[in-house]
Amino acid sequence: MTSAPGPSAPDPSASPPERELGAHPEHQGRMGFFARLMENDVAYSFTRSPTAIIAATITVLAILACFAAPLIAPFDPFDPAQISLWDGKLPPAWAEGGQAQYLLGTDNQGRDMLSTILYGGRLSILVGLTAVALGMTLGVALGVISGYFGGAVDAFVMRIADVQLTIPGILLAILINGIGRAVIPQELRDDFAIYVVILAIGLTDWPQFARVARGATLVEAQKEYVMAARVIGLPAWLIMLRHVLPNVLRPVMVLATIGLALAIIAEATLSFLGQGIPPTTPSLGTLIRVGNEFLFSGLWWITLFPAIALVTLVFAVNLLGDWMRDALNPKLR
Amino acid sequence: MVAFILRRLMQSLLVMLAVSAVSFSLFNFVGDPVNNMVGQDATREQRQQIRVELGLEDPILVQYSRFVGNMVQGEFGVSYRIRRPVEDLIMERLPATLELVFVSAILAMGFGIAAGVYTGIRRNSWLSRVLLSTSLVGVSLPTFIIGIGLIYLFAVHLRILPSSGRSGTVDLGWWKTSLLTREGWASILLPAITLSLFQATMILRLVRAEMMEVMRTDFIKFARARGLSERAVNFGHALKNTLVPVITIIGLNIGNLIAFSVITETVFQWPGTGLMFIQSVDFVDVPIMSAYLVFVALMFVIINLVVDILYVAIDPRIRIGSA
Repeated sequence: MTSAPGPSAPDPSASPPERELGAHPEHQGRMGFFARLMENDVAYSFTRSPTAIIAATITVLAILACFAAPLIAPFDPFDPAQISLWDGKLPPAWAEGGQAQYLLGTDNQGRDMLSTILYGGRLSILVGLTAVALGMTLGVALGVISGYFGGAVDAFVMRIADVQLTIPGILLAILINGIGRAVIPQELRDDFAIYVVILAIGLTDWPQFARVARGATLVEAQKEYVMAARVIGLPAWLIMLRHVLPNVLRPVMVLATIGLALAIIAEATLSFLGQGIPPTTPSLGTLIRVGNEFLFSGLWWITLFPAIALVTLVFAVNLLGDWMRDALNPKLR
Repeated sequence: MVAFILRRLMQSLLVMLAVSAVSFSLFNFVGDPVNNMVGQDATREQRQQIRVELGLEDPILVQYSRFVGNMVQGEFGVSYRIRRPVEDLIMERLPATLELVFVSAILAMGFGIAAGVYTGIRRNSWLSRVLLSTSLVGVSLPTFIIGIGLIYLFAVHLRILPSSGRSGTVDLGWWKTSLLTREGWASILLPAITLSLFQATMILRLVRAEMMEVMRTDFIKFARARGLSERAVNFGHALKNTLVPVITIIGLNIGNLIAFSVITETVFQWPGTGLMFIQSVDFVDVPIMSAYLVFVALMFVIINLVVDILYVAIDPRIRIGSA
C-alpha cells in the first residue's frame, strides 16, 4: 500500500491502515507479516477495545457479505428468470403470509429483499469507497503540495478549502450532483449517474483531507530526514512522494474511515432524493426510496430492511473511525 | 475591527463572483437557450437573429458582466418549465423554506439548551443517560430515514398528522404563512422536527460539555459559597457563560438547517426552495438551478459574515492579533 504511487482506496477493515505506518522502517522485513502487524501500538489498542472489535467485525462482515453477494445471495435480483411477480409484496418469513425461501420478504416486483439488500449494499460500499478515494487523493495531493511549498500556492488552495468548508458537505454534494446531472444529456443520465455521484461526493470531501495533510506536511518538512533528502538533491516531487507522503498517512486514514461513513450516507441521500443511482441497479438509498412509496400501503419491510442495513453499516464504520481517531492520536496515549 | 470586516467583505465578494461564474457557465454548457424559445421549424436566420437579440454573439466577458449586472438586480431570466420569472418563483417559495428553518431552529434551541443544561447539572440521573444515548443514535441516523420514520409513525400508523405538503396557509399578501392556522402547524410539525433533531442533539452535547466545564470553575464555587440560590447559580452564572460557543454553533447551524432543508423538503414534499431545486434538476431548468446556486451562496456568505462579526463582538479575546 505504501509503495503505491498515490493513496489508494481506504480499506475500512481494521487491520490495513495501521500496517507498517507506525512501525520503524529498519524493523521491517525480518519478522513475518502477522507478527509485524501485532507488534504495533495501534494493534495493541485494538485488542483492548471491545467497541472497536465489534465495529470492525460488523464492518468486515458487511463488506464481505456484500461483495460476495453473487455467491451467497439466495436469488439474483437482476435475473428476470428468477423473479416472479406472483411472489411480489410477500412479508418476511416469520410474519403471517411469509414464505421460508424469502427470509426478509419480497419487494413489489417479487425480488427477494435479502438478495437486493446484499447487491445494493455492494453498490453503496463501492460508491462510498471510490468517492472517498477520489476526495482523499485530491485532498492529500493538494495538501502535501501546499504544505511543502507554502507561499502563494498554499494561500490559494487553503482559501478555497476554507470557503468550501463553510458550506455543509451534503448541500454541496447535492448542488454539484445536480449540475452534473443537468450537464449530461437526458438519455445518458442513468448510465452516468453513478460517476456523477462519485464525483460530487469526492469533490465535496477533499478540503478536510487537504487541511490534515497540509498540517502534517508542515511538521514533517521541518524534520531532518527531509532536509537530508533536500541536501542530496532529490527533486521536490520525489521527496513529497517517498518521504513526506508515507508520514502524513496516519491522520489521513482516520479521516478516510469517517469519510467513508459520510460518503455512504451522502450516496444514500442523493439516491433517496431521486438524484443518484437509478432503480435499475439499486443501491441501498434507491431501495429505501422505492420502498418508501409502498409505506402507505403498510408494506413496511421494503423500506425497513434496507434502512436497517444502511444505518448498521454507517454506525459500525463511524465507531471504527472514532476508535481509530483516539488510537492514532498521540496526545491521548 | 473595521479592517477585519472589510477583509471579510472582500472575500465574500470574491466567493459570490466565483459562484456567479459557475452559475453563468451552466447556461453555456447545458442545452441551447434558443432551442427553448423557438419551435422546431425556425429557420437558421431566425435563430441567428434571436441569438443576436439575446446577446449570445457578444464576447463571453460582456455576457458574463451582463449576467452579473442582472444578478445584482435580482433578475435570473424565465424558467424553461414554468415560464415565469425565476425571481418570482423563488420569492414565492422562500416563505415555506424560511418558516421551516425558523420553526426547526426554535425547536432545536429550546430542546437542545434545556436538555443540555439538565444533563450538565444532573449528570447521573436516568433521564440524562436516556437523553445522551438517544442523542448518539440521533446523530448517526440520516435525515431522510428520520423523516420516513416520523411519517410512518404519525401519518401512517397513528394518523394524527399529515404526511406531506403544506396546507392551511394564510396569504398575507407578500408572505404565505402556515403559522396562523391549526392545520398549518400540523403540516409544519413533522418536517420541522425532522430537520431540528440533528441540530438539537448537537446543541445538547455542546451545552452539556460547556456546562460541565463552567460548573468546575472557581466563580461558580464562590457563587455557591455566597449562598445564591441553585437557580441563580445554574442560570444566572453558569448558563450565561456557556453562551458564546453556543451562539456561534447555532449561527453556523442555520446554514446546516438550510442545507438539510433540501432533503427534508423533498421527503415531506414541502413546497420550498430546496424542493424547487431538486425538481429543476430533473427538468434541466437551468435558470432556476443557476438562480438557486447564487441564492444559496449568498445565504451562506451572509450567515458566515454575521457569525464572524458577532463572534468578534462577543468575545474580545479574538480581537487580539487577528484584527
